[in-house]
Amino acid sequence: MHGEKAKLLSGGQSLLPAMNLRLMSPDIVIDIGNLAGLRYISVEDGALRIGALTRHVELLESSEIGRLAPLLAEAIRHVAHPAIRNRGTIGGSLAHADPAAELPACMIALDATITVRSRGGERRIAAADFFQGIFTTGLAADELLVSVELPIVRGPSAYFFHEFSRRRGDYALAGVAAHATRDGQVFSQLLMAFFGVADKPILAKAATGLINVTVTPARISDATEAFGDELSPPDDPQASADLRRHLAKVLFRRCVEALAGHGDS
Amino acid sequence: MTASIAIALEVNGEEVRANVLPRLNLADFLRENLQLTGTHIGCEHGVCGACTVRINGEIVRACLLLAVQASGQSVQTIEGLSDSGEIADLQMAFRERNALQCGYCTPAMLMTAQDLLKREPQPSREQIREHLSGNYCRCTGYQAIVDAVEATARARREAAR
Repeated sequence: MHGEKAKLLSGGQSLLPAMNLRLMSPDIVIDIGNLAGLRYISVEDGALRIGALTRHVELLESSEIGRLAPLLAEAIRHVAHPAIRNRGTIGGSLAHADPAAELPACMIALDATITVRSRGGERRIAAADFFQGIFTTGLAADELLVSVELPIVRGPSAYFFHEFSRRRGDYALAGVAAHATRDGQVFSQLLMAFFGVADKPILAKAATGLINVTVTPARISDATEAFGDELSPPDDPQASADLRRHLAKVLFRRCVEALAGHGDS
Repeated sequence: MTASIAIALEVNGEEVRANVLPRLNLADFLRENLQLTGTHIGCEHGVCGACTVRINGEIVRACLLLAVQASGQSVQTIEGLSDSGEIADLQMAFRERNALQCGYCTPAMLMTAQDLLKREPQPSREQIREHLSGNYCRCTGYQAIVDAVEATARARREAAR
């Protein structure tokens, strides 16, 4: 109704810093924090559904998340600090779309579907299409992110999460959230989502070369080099583009080695 | 002129009613309206941790919460924790170990350390560091703070035997 003039306030752990620093001064702030119906974790129809106002601490302590989406539980430990995790929400983090944030990358690695709602109805958007650029998503000005849905994977699967940051709780210089399904000895799916290395979380295209083939050290090396060539990371005072590319390649290699069950990580 | 909003909350066990501007943050409300100046303001964007308070028993950043969002909630500040005696031993350990110098970070450091000790009576030094990682101290180099929290945990375990 207010369009671009209004901002939605959920946990406030991204919006309020931006307002305090006068990076943002929306005409209207709409507090949605008390919409209790958007705060839930449920399992239904082969999917894990998480309401947008579910707080990070609730994800961390949820037995369903620990059992069905351990990648997400692992990633949450790296999101800021306890006092922030007590307030911050998953919907807020995804709608904010910081390119260095952990949760958007997890959504891509877990092949999540994001549901948004407006007066006109609901839309379901694949996570890979939702994140469009720095602080930019597929949300229209009159839409509210209401939930995310993670498919529950049957059969053997594995996950990997790691990030490099200067200090614990800082935004990552480079990080990866990855999920793989296996068919016998080979990967049948390998989604490796990197964050902090582009203007949005990105899937490593080079990972497709490791699907349905025997993962050998030579193939890992080739894919790692190919992945390095895909990247054109940002250059900023936190880290140079070269450093970010180097860190991302180290993560790529470690991630594939860990998921394939060889290597020392 | 933006109209003020009526709020009612509990602060350190006492009921407080006030009319506040909608964008007044909780840290400013506690300091300016209630003169509870133990809640410090450092970075104002959630990084330094100096403004840590409890809402309904959970630690939060008072600078990242609007006063209106705290309406209907129970807030505890360092004044409340200190006056109740809940952290007297932790405060003494900070003093004995020189875990503070200028004191700016100390109220929030105590608040966060007590949050850990309530959850984990036997924290490792690594766990202490991790839990306090969102609270900056520019004087002590942290070693003495970790020492004080570790010593308090040990003393409480011995007292509980």
